[in-house]
Amino acid sequence: MTAFPNFEWVQIAYALLTLFIVINYGMVMTAVVRKIGARVGGRYGIPVWQNYVDLLKNIALRSKISHGVMYYLGPVFRLTGGVGLLMFVPTIYGSEWHQNFSYAGDLILALYFVFFGTLGMALGAGESGHPHSAIGVSRGLAQVTMAELPLALGVFALSLQYQTLDITEIVAAQQGSIFNWTVFTNPLATVAAMVAFVGTMMRSPFDVAMAPQEIPIGPPTEYHSSYLALMQTNRVLFPVAKTVIYMNLFFGGATSWAEFAIKVFCLYMISVVIGVVHPRFRVEQSIRFFLKWGLPIGVLSILVV
Amino acid sequence: MRHILYRLKDRYHLGTPVFQRDDLCFVTVKRFELRAILTELRDVEGFTHLTLLTAVDWIEEQQFQLTYMVNNRVANLTLALRVMLDREDATGDTIHDLWPTAATYQRELREMFGITFPGSPRVDEEFILEGWTDLPPYRRDFDTLAYSQQTYNDRPGRVTHDPKTHMQKTLYADYPKGAK
Amino acid sequence: MKDVDDKFLKNPDTEVPLREELRPRKVTTPDGQEIDIDPLRDYFCEAKPKVHPKAYSKIVEDFYNWARANSLWILGFGTGCGAIEMRPLMTPRFDAYRYGIQWRPTPRQANLLVISGYLSVKTLKRAIRAYEQMPQPKYVMGLGSCTINGGMYWDSYNTIKRLDDYLPVDMYVAGCMPRPEALLHGFMELKRVIKEGKGEGANLYAENFDQYKANQKAVIRDWDMPDYNW
Repeated sequence: MTAFPNFEWVQIAYALLTLFIVINYGMVMTAVVRKIGARVGGRYGIPVWQNYVDLLKNIALRSKISHGVMYYLGPVFRLTGGVGLLMFVPTIYGSEWHQNFSYAGDLILALYFVFFGTLGMALGAGESGHPHSAIGVSRGLAQVTMAELPLALGVFALSLQYQTLDITEIVAAQQGSIFNWTVFTNPLATVAAMVAFVGTMMRSPFDVAMAPQEIPIGPPTEYHSSYLALMQTNRVLFPVAKTVIYMNLFFGGATSWAEFAIKVFCLYMISVVIGVVHPRFRVEQSIRFFLKWGLPIGVLSILVV
Repeated sequence: MRHILYRLKDRYHLGTPVFQRDDLCFVTVKRFELRAILTELRDVEGFTHLTLLTAVDWIEEQQFQLTYMVNNRVANLTLALRVMLDREDATGDTIHDLWPTAATYQRELREMFGITFPGSPRVDEEFILEGWTDLPPYRRDFDTLAYSQQTYNDRPGRVTHDPKTHMQKTLYADYPKGAK
Repeated sequence: MKDVDDKFLKNPDTEVPLREELRPRKVTTPDGQEIDIDPLRDYFCEAKPKVHPKAYSKIVEDFYNWARANSLWILGFGTGCGAIEMRPLMTPRFDAYRYGIQWRPTPRQANLLVISGYLSVKTLKRAIRAYEQMPQPKYVMGLGSCTINGGMYWDSYNTIKRLDDYLPVDMYVAGCMPRPEALLHGFMELKRVIKEGKGEGANLYAENFDQYKANQKAVIRDWDMPDYNW
């Protein structure tokens, strides 16, 4: 075991436990967010367990059809992106259980996993052969690529600032006081990364990939039953996993599950609140937005550091 | 409106105009003069808008009546020209070069009444009905009730009431007043 | 005045020619190869629908049925005037979401097809395609008297009178048009039917497939799609 000096088998069990907690948290949280949205609109809203019922229903469907190997692998890749993202990032700082498989270079790996799911989805949705899927995926890829730029720049600024690529060390450096958080020590990098954060959450104004009224729902048009169930799992897992990274990098990480829950919810609500007050960008508008605002801020943050 | 009709009457054969309102008039014209009148109305008299092109099936007289309704937006006048066609022949003159919208109306007439307009774009294509092989459904010798009875299954148990007696029986026993 | 013309007889079935782009033909590819194409066969799966058995254990099946009933996904497909009565269900006043009812834009993800009103033959063709593309188990709800016995379109030449000739209907909502409250009540009744395990319309369709197809083809004269589109 020279490659992984700190590896122990029990870590796998711990990591699975983390995964389980995070999925359930994501299920309930997205339902709660929808319920809040409904209440703001004067509706009663869905029950908080609706996500579970939908998931179960989709698994219980009797017939399914496959359009080929990539079609099948699309949701698998997407879920791998979400799970991988979570697995290689320490979820709870200082906890032996929920340290997961974080190691010295995990920042780079996390950046990769953010993109991985979209790529897999592109291949899968492409094979399903529906024109809306192809349109949605090409839009989504263009937009995510652009949104990655400010994120990557912000992260580089961060690793320059802390002189490390290890998320655990970055979190460790932010402990102690709220003013040790990166959001106060390096606000420019935070702003740049938050632009990317809002841009990749699949919410308005950056939801042109799904575009419910325009290209019915974009990439998953042909997906149904178990495939859709996989994607649903990812829809609740991936935002949380992504938010965990941001929480670790910019908002001091979390030392307990309670802190985790509160911080993730607040961060998630940022994109929700932005989403409900802004109309949808067209894809070229959002790309321009990222190039015009995200990119200069990112470059500036590197220069400042 | 009357001035326009007087001006047209000098040069064309007009039937007796029927005024539905002060600003709405129906007049019958000869088929070979229709195009000239429409062009003059559009270019000289300011009737720039083709409101409607429709047909009436006068099966007893063995004729189709085409109604071209044109509208003068500025003066708020509507003039409808009636043209009678032979029912057996059922061929009209296309005016899609005067108003492009007429092409759509003519496709509809072709499908619903079987009146064809040679030269009109896409006039022979299906418009609303798909795979229709029967008589054009708006012709009066097409019996839509008989057709639907022969094509679609009825659900047993459907009853029909005469509205007047039915309502009298169920709701308004003393209607008309004092008739009890 | 007589209502029906006894002498009128509809045109005996004339074949409607297949549209030109759908006919089987030979095409020359850009590199000079000659290939045979048959658009109706090349793009669609032709296998007949299967009867899917229930889960072996009754408890599991009941549990599944509970999930299905509480997560009804409706295909956003409006056919007649009833489509306008479905929209208020999303609004704060009726809010169907609280019952687990959602609208999905694609038939692949929908379980419930609401035929909302009169169905012309042209729309019936699309409705059949949408229905067949939905994953099993799937439910059909007929809205308004038009789907029950023709309603006010009882003498129309191109609207069907009985929906259950062409699709297996699980629930009818009477009215012309039914109000959104009636619709909600219909959804609740449908939930009850599903929970009792009687919502097996898709299997019914598969069992009596030839019967349904014969009915469908009797009214859809230009049948330009495969017999079953998955």
